[in-house]
Parts: sequence; C-alpha cells; structure tokens
Amino acid sequence: MKHLDGNVLAGPAADLFAFEATTALGRCGACGDVAALAQARVYGPPMGYVARCRSCDSVLLVIVEHEGRATLTMRGLRWVRVDA
Amino acid sequence: MRGWLTATLVAAHRLTATARGLTFSVPDWPGSDAGQHLDLRLTAPDGYQAVRSYSIASVGPGSEVELAVERLPDGEVSPFLVDELELGDGVELRGPLGGWFVWRPGDTRPVQLIAGGSGVVPFVAMMRSHARAGSAAPMRLLYSLRTPEGAYFRDELSQPGPHVTTTYHYTRAAPPGWSRAAGRLTAEDLERATLPPSDGPLTYICGPTGFVEAITAALTTLGHSPDTIRTERFGGT
Repeated sequence: MKHLDGNVLAGPAADLFAFEATTALGRCGACGDVAALAQARVYGPPMGYVARCRSCDSVLLVIVEHEGRATLTMRGLRWVRVDA
Repeated sequence: MRGWLTATLVAAHRLTATARGLTFSVPDWPGSDAGQHLDLRLTAPDGYQAVRSYSIASVGPGSEVELAVERLPDGEVSPFLVDELELGDGVELRGPLGGWFVWRPGDTRPVQLIAGGSGVVPFVAMMRSHARAGSAAPMRLLYSLRTPEGAYFRDELSQPGPHVTTTYHYTRAAPPGWSRAAGRLTAEDLERATLPPSDGPLTYICGPTGFVEAITAALTTLGHSPDTIRTERFGGT
C-alpha cells in the first residue's frame, strides 16, 4: 500500500485537538527520532489513519473515525511538543 | 472540534479531459493559506459516507473555495465530482487544514516547487499568494506531466513575473520541437531546472507517492538537506 504524509492527519486531528497537530513535534518511542507529525508516513485512509515513524517505521499513532466518533491511540510517541 | 461546513457548488469548468475546476461557496469559510488542503465528505442517500482530501487552489480571505479534481479511474469520489456534481449541489467540507505544507508571503527564502500531475494544485495557490503579496522571493515551479494537454491552469502559470518562472517537463509525449524527449525526471533534469542547494531554497514536492519518493531521493543526492524539503504525497498513480 502506498503511504501518504502526516499532512493528511490535519483533518481528523482538527476534530481531536485544539492545536495544529501536523506542525507539532513528536519523539518516536522506539528510535528517538524527532519530527513534525506532517513528516510521518501515513497508511490506511480513509478507513483509518496509521502514522509510522519516518526513520524506523514504528507505529506512532492511530486515528479511526467511525459513525461520528474518533478513536485515538498514540502509544508510540514518547512526547509531543506544541507551539505555545 | 472543527466540524463540517456546508458548501454549495457555484462555478465549475473543465480543466482537462479528466479534470474539473470546482468553486464552492462556503458561508463560514475562514480563508486559507497557500498549500493548505481540505477534507470533502459525500453522504449517500443510505447514509454511507466517503471522505477525501483535496488541495485548495484558492488562497486568502473570502467565502469561495476553489478546487481542481482529477478523475481517478477506480475512484469512489472523484468521478462524481468531475462528471456529476451540478451547480447548486451541496457537499460537506472540513478545513482549511494543515500548517506544514504551506508557504507564507513573509518567507523571503528562495522557493522551489516541484509538481507531478495534479500535484500542481497547492502550487497554484502559492503562485497566487506570491503574486498577490508582490513577494520578491524567487519562486520556481517545475511541473512534470504526461502530455501537454494534461496541464492545469497553463495560462495562469505561464505568466512571467519578475521573480517567478515555470518550467514544464513531459513524461509521455512532448510538444513538437521540445528540447527534451519525453521521459521521467532525472537528477540531471532537476539539476538543470531547479534552484541549487547553494541558493538555500525551501523545496516543496507534491504528487503521487512514487513521484515524491523519486524526486526527494534525487534532490538529496544533489546535495539538498532533507530538512529543506517538504512533501505531500497523494498515493495513487
């Protein structure tokens, strides 16, 4: 399957966060790479969004939108830094 | 919570044999920055919904939003938007979205834009933003497409400006007398037609995933730092 960029997360993330998530920096919990969420590799839309680390391919976060609800897991991110 | 906005089709025109320009009126639209996209949602009578992301060709304030949509042969949404949606029909939009693949007129760095096919749409917005602001930042567009007939917005993109140039590249069929035979963009093409690393450009690449991968790799071998390259892949072919 062909992957997309983290840019495509902006829509589903806008319904979850009050900040612009795709320009936020995140640190991969597996390899420690720090990158903007927009730089992640994203698989799976429109059924759901699986964002993987650009360096080690570990899963950073998953968003599934279904019947008006969104489910978010972000177990693969050690931290997220947002412009204040 | 951003939510979905109601949008009404108010203008449409044929861009190419397979693409259509669509202008929607969106009363609550907050305006957009160049390079942003939106999510478009269609709902079938039985309640089935389909969402797709589209780059925005328009830029700045105002309640009208312009898209350019390519009909994908096996698409679920694009054939409807290109062939069936009529003036006065409604869709739902979520946006404007994204802050990474964006060019802002306050940025004075040289800018290199590289488009594959319908990946030119966010760059139309960037060229418009550049022109509207009277920016002095050098902005170059390299537009790779299969055939001359496939170009979107050719007249507008070909308008020479003091700081703006557009270079066309053809991969399947070139016009008679064209200096370069049709073929995929190579590192040599990129070296000839794009700003060199020594100019310190910020480079934006938008196109099918394979195109973006190949161009990013070639630019890196030419000496561009990955930190100066921003990409937008849209999958597909």
